Amino acid sequence: MRDMIPCPTWSGWKVWKRNWDVFFKTYKVNFLPPFVEPLLYLLAIGYGLGMFVGEIEGIPYVLYIAPALLSISMMNSAFFECTYSSFVRMFYQKTFDAMISTPLSIEDVIAGELLWGATRSLIYTTAMLVVLIAFGAVSLPASLLVIPFSFLAGLLFSGIGMCFTAITPGIDTLNYPAFLFITPMFLFSGTFFPLSVLPEALQLFAITVLPLAQVVTVTRSLTLASLSPLFFYSLVWIAAFAAVFFFLSISLMKRRLVI
Amino acid sequence: MAVQPIIEAQNLRKEFGALRAVDGISFSVMPGEVFGFLGPNGAGKTTTMKMIECVSPRTAGNLSVFGSDVDTHPREIKRWLGVVPQETNLDPDFTCFENLLVFARYFGIAAADARIRAEELLSFVQLSEKRDVAIEKLSGGMKRRLILARALVNSPKLLILDEPTIGLDPQARHLMWEKLKALQAAGNTIVLTTHYLEEAERLCNRLVIMDRGKILVEGAPGDLVRRYAGEDVVEVDHTPQVVGCLQEMGARFEVFGDMIEVFSDHPKEVATQLLATCNPGRIFVRRGSLEDVFLSLTGRALRD
Repeated sequence: MRDMIPCPTWSGWKVWKRNWDVFFKTYKVNFLPPFVEPLLYLLAIGYGLGMFVGEIEGIPYVLYIAPALLSISMMNSAFFECTYSSFVRMFYQKTFDAMISTPLSIEDVIAGELLWGATRSLIYTTAMLVVLIAFGAVSLPASLLVIPFSFLAGLLFSGIGMCFTAITPGIDTLNYPAFLFITPMFLFSGTFFPLSVLPEALQLFAITVLPLAQVVTVTRSLTLASLSPLFFYSLVWIAAFAAVFFFLSISLMKRRLVI
Repeated sequence: MAVQPIIEAQNLRKEFGALRAVDGISFSVMPGEVFGFLGPNGAGKTTTMKMIECVSPRTAGNLSVFGSDVDTHPREIKRWLGVVPQETNLDPDFTCFENLLVFARYFGIAAADARIRAEELLSFVQLSEKRDVAIEKLSGGMKRRLILARALVNSPKLLILDEPTIGLDPQARHLMWEKLKALQAAGNTIVLTTHYLEEAERLCNRLVIMDRGKILVEGAPGDLVRRYAGEDVVEVDHTPQVVGCLQEMGARFEVFGDMIEVFSDHPKEVATQLLATCNPGRIFVRRGSLEDVFLSLTGRALRD
């Protein structure tokens, strides 16, 4: 039974703090993308492409994609942290091996990694939100709720990423989920065009299965300050699957590392 | 009152699928002892270390450290362990000093205490000058010393070293030995694995020689040499004539390629007799070593 249900303890914060310390040692590099990326997308897609699109569902295109940019940032920052970066720490740097030779358990270590992935999502999303506020692309004060929400959404994508990390044979095979899962989701989750233009089966698929579609629904409701009918459904979906993948990824990691 | 052993293993077994990496070994390590595990590659030394470190669960048998079972009390046991792993796993994202601080935090040591301890330990392993240097800038010997310092950050009651001097040049190895001797003199209990028989002879109070998951012999290095190799060894060129003489003399010997090793407590007489009667080529006498014990017990075939 002991092996079935992972039971991380609060000691995991020491792992979280280790990653936090490293992040702020190199903050100049780390803070560049969340400021630059939204600028590029806003200019190219929001204003450039937006010139031709005009409005979607009565909303100016820039305002329509601003929450999508935030949601994609939550996904990417957490997912890539808990796939490639965690894999490097686990496999190449042997950081996890060193950690579990101390009183930390493997559950603590993975929990700390997942919480860090969620934190990274929060940091990136907050930075990006500042830019979007400066452009007047999101409404206030409702948009400030995106900040706590980005932690929850980050936790979801951290857990999903960590599951792949636990089963990937090597770092190259992490490209599969990145291209086959993350990239399609980036495009087909109601990000740059509404789901309603897709065939009905695909729409249904998106709103039942795709995590990013849920995150976009919630974030868009917040930045437009107008509640989608799917808002609560999506929020519960995210919370439930964040919990599922949190524990599942710890279990899978234990299976990989405890031999 | 009887002294409690620091480690006690009974019939300890570890299987990876069909492979029995550790096949029913029993041993105990007493406080203040330096206890060695010797053996060729694949003997099961590292697997045994990982079970003691509470990171690899056993398949069967009993294993307790500080009187607690490794399965049920890993956190309590690991609190008092210092581990020098075979692979260098320092944190490359931090400097030397930061490595020690971050590690101290994993043990729940308060930041202020950790800073004092880290400075002391850097000085102990002679790395104070490298305090703020990135890990990648260190030489192999420096990295091993920093790992030793890291293993001491929690003032462990038991230090486990898996191949502590692997890949080091003679200077670096001697410095490492010096540090381990100092730790031993201070009353620390140390368990180490090594391929280097000279290292085991110098450092260990007691050791076991393992092969294919089993313990072949256990004892103090000197006793093992006397018991399995004799005090001295006569080495002589391998010719049929010499073999004939030795058989006539009833001497105990082994043939290794173009050399014969004769194990004897009376090396001078053996040598004199050989010189007098059977025209040997080269002949010389040396003291028996752990290497003789090791090779005679585990054979000469390559293991990987």
